[in-house]
Amino acid sequence: MTETTPISPARIEIARDGIRCRGAWTVAGIEGLEGRLALVDWPLGSFTLDGSAIEALDTTGALQLARLLEQLAEQGRAARLVGLAPADQALLELVQERRHEAGQRPPPPVGEGFLAGLGRQSVAHLINARDFLAFIGEVSTVIARTLAQPWRLRGRALLAVIESAGVNALPILALLTFLMGVVIAYQGGQQLKYYGANIFIVELVCLTMLRELAPLLTAIIVAGRTGSAFTAEIGTMRVTEEVDALRTIGISPLEILVLPKLGALLIALPLLALFADFVSVFGGMVMAQFLLGVTFAEFLDRVPQAVSLTSFLIGIGKAPVFAAIIALVGCYQGFQVQGGADSVGRQTTVSVVQSIFLVIVADAFFSVLFGWLGI
Amino acid sequence: MSSQWVIELHGVRTQFGNLVIHEELDLSVAAGEVVALVGGSGSGKTTLLRAIVMLQRPAAGTVRLFGREVWNIGESESFALRRRFGMLFQHGALFSSLTVQENVAVPLAEHTRLSRRQIEEIAEFKIALAGLPAQAADLYPRQLSGGMLKRAALARALALDPSLLFLDEPTAGLDPVSAGAFDELILQLKESLGLTVVMVTHDLDSLWRITDRVAFLGERRVLGYAPMAELSRSEHPLIRQYFQGPRGRAARESAWKPS
Repeated sequence: MTETTPISPARIEIARDGIRCRGAWTVAGIEGLEGRLALVDWPLGSFTLDGSAIEALDTTGALQLARLLEQLAEQGRAARLVGLAPADQALLELVQERRHEAGQRPPPPVGEGFLAGLGRQSVAHLINARDFLAFIGEVSTVIARTLAQPWRLRGRALLAVIESAGVNALPILALLTFLMGVVIAYQGGQQLKYYGANIFIVELVCLTMLRELAPLLTAIIVAGRTGSAFTAEIGTMRVTEEVDALRTIGISPLEILVLPKLGALLIALPLLALFADFVSVFGGMVMAQFLLGVTFAEFLDRVPQAVSLTSFLIGIGKAPVFAAIIALVGCYQGFQVQGGADSVGRQTTVSVVQSIFLVIVADAFFSVLFGWLGI
Repeated sequence: MSSQWVIELHGVRTQFGNLVIHEELDLSVAAGEVVALVGGSGSGKTTLLRAIVMLQRPAAGTVRLFGREVWNIGESESFALRRRFGMLFQHGALFSSLTVQENVAVPLAEHTRLSRRQIEEIAEFKIALAGLPAQAADLYPRQLSGGMLKRAALARALALDPSLLFLDEPTAGLDPVSAGAFDELILQLKESLGLTVVMVTHDLDSLWRITDRVAFLGERRVLGYAPMAELSRSEHPLIRQYFQGPRGRAARESAWKPS
């Protein structure tokens, strides 16, 4: 019963008085058996194979024996296996019987060509886009119903999401946007110092941050932190059939799962963006003081001249749009989960990539739109 | 020092926080036996199974498998020990990103140095041995029905030809025909491969059909450990309640009839 006994390898031995199977015909003993079998010089015609010297036999070994006998038969040699212990004989028969019962495995499907793959993926993308539109439509009808019956909104769930997606994101958001302010002020400050236009650091930091970078950075962080969590949560509920359970109980999964998330992000993301505005400008101020000698008082004094209220409002105003994108993509991808655990991981990745992609596309669209409108 | 006992538990105590599940529990299983663990909900059948298969360390007591104390050995020896038993989880626990064939090949590829062709052939055979058609090999777990899932999981548990097999509710969720066929399969494998089987089950038909002995868990220990016919006549109130209900009587009656 000890593991330390060395395993004697399964082998065929041809001696003057007959051909014998030797060694342990077990999963451990058949390592390298193929190579050893290839070297065996089988006699022609019919002969007997003596199995009485087999030390141990398990199903794997029996499978090798069965295959060996089949191969010999195919080569036109009539080998007869004798001398197996009764239990081993029964095992061999079971193996042979099961092998024939199962039948042949169908050949692997032929891989598709480049064009076929391209076409299939294109169609899949189109279908995906259509489904996403349908999802937005469904959510809209649920929103309309909830507006008519506001008591249906799940307040507790909404607050929980505001806490996890908003309040809990403050430290990481503070750190990253502060550093972003420092970086912008440092890189721009070097150039401004060269021209002696130190005070314009205020325009540089405030405009880039308030109008563009702070909301965008906030949206990207929230997409990575919260969008992925939405997908994973709903996806896992799909795998465990909790979503179906909600449906059978007569609760709309969209109402209980999507609306609180969407509502909470619509509230939390603008607030986060506002917070990011302050922290990133503070980062720029610190850098302006160290690098350019612009004091906090001088800096703050110039802020009202440097940025218009419109620029600030445009920055904050983009946040709800980003929030809607992140929440809708995150929830939609969660509902796309099918099958098992691997699908949850895949859809979570897709969710983060798509929401960040769409956030940046939306931001570019806003830039062009506002430029065109002249604000 | 070898003994006839494949599994020996002595004074085992398991607990979750302050909740004690088992206390001073003793149990032994001999080679070649089919033993079932039964008991009411919350009596710790699955917890005990997890303690035996080295997934959860008991708070006290010793667990011996093949005569080795499982929590007192080095990592390499513990790996060697794990190779010698197979476990069928309640919900299959097949890796969802792999096909049935690949699932069965995982332990073979990990623990042997066989060629890829041999591994494929062995995996195909184990799938057949578990009673699945050959076409099932290329399916993913999510494409299988409940009965096929259990069979595929059994094929993976049997991949390394273990001499000890653990089954956690093997027939739960199967229709009576599939459950009966699964019982027959276990019985056939036990007879031809000389397996020792430890199973957790609620299926009274399985208990009558395939077990040699049944351990009844309750009140934190083993209340009765005997062949089914004897256990069902036990006077202990909990055991009586379990086996003397209408379902228990029906299962016993059908067990006595020739099928």
